[in-house]
Amino acid sequence: MNDLLIAGGIGVAFGWALECAGLGDPPKLAGQFYLRDFTVLKVMLSAMLTAMLGVFWGGRLGMLDPNALYVPETYLLPQLVGGLVFGLGFVLSGLCPGTSCVALASGRVEGAATMLGLFVGVLLVGLAFPEIEPFYRSTPHGTLTLQRLTGLPYGIVVALVTVIGVSMLAWIAKREAAR
Amino acid sequence: MRPLRSYAEPHATGVCLGLVLLACFALTGQGLGASGAFASVASGVIAAVSPETAAHSAYFRSYLQDGSPWTAWLVVEIMGVLVGAAASAALAGRTRLTFVRAVRPSGGRLFAGLAGGILMGVGAALARGCTSGLALSGGALLSVGAWIFMVALFLAGFLAAPLLRRLWP
Repeated sequence: MNDLLIAGGIGVAFGWALECAGLGDPPKLAGQFYLRDFTVLKVMLSAMLTAMLGVFWGGRLGMLDPNALYVPETYLLPQLVGGLVFGLGFVLSGLCPGTSCVALASGRVEGAATMLGLFVGVLLVGLAFPEIEPFYRSTPHGTLTLQRLTGLPYGIVVALVTVIGVSMLAWIAKREAAR
Repeated sequence: MRPLRSYAEPHATGVCLGLVLLACFALTGQGLGASGAFASVASGVIAAVSPETAAHSAYFRSYLQDGSPWTAWLVVEIMGVLVGAAASAALAGRTRLTFVRAVRPSGGRLFAGLAGGILMGVGAALARGCTSGLALSGGALLSVGAWIFMVALFLAGFLAAPLLRRLWP
């Protein structure tokens, strides 16, 4: 029960933040792919850098254990192909799974259309699963992280990702200022 | 179209979203998610309609093994997302009632939304996560698969965008 209260609370905060950023607005999201509106990249990069640095420094200061967190496992080909298919769907609908819920909640009927599509999509994979299971389980690499892949210390990878991420945000800001 | 109250500053909102993700990591040991909620509900529907079909697919089974799929963590989290986004939009005067107002999207846009949803459902199922669960949460934990997924999705998006220009004038 306690778990579900946390789930609901985290969900409310998540939905609230996405809506405030304008990520329930399909033309705004699609605008990212036409380089007209950089909100998607700005929000995603800022959020990812914040959480990454929070986990790193939380671990350093003994406030949480980064090794106890669930790291999504790497399956090279399914995630590459899945990402390509997902990206195409993202431009078509101007929404992603989380933001489709935000779109519906802010009164946009497109959100419901995308949510219905998502439901059908996962249903199709589930129904066809006996046939696609070999591909789904192919090229497994376990809990592969960038630090394990490169052999660099955790702190160095965090620093490099921070520098690259902040540089991208600065480049976007400069580009927008020039217009 | 009536003017909408403007959105919050994206970097600041991104930092807030990152803190929500960080709180989620600290409280539950895992990240946020969205597509998993759709998979849970789909598994629940299949199990109710045809238990044999559900038992035949390891994909559905994986969502049915830990208690009821209707009260799975991610399903409740997504309920929260709907509530939080609705409250935020309503309080900021940004709710657009496309059901009743003249801002209703075209049939083509709705069809594209549906088709895009199907593709994202397939893509997220194959990749084991979507923009929230894999790209954002996994990216913050420096998972290689999460970064591959993120690069692939933006690559496909940027490549497909010129072909879909008519959809987003």
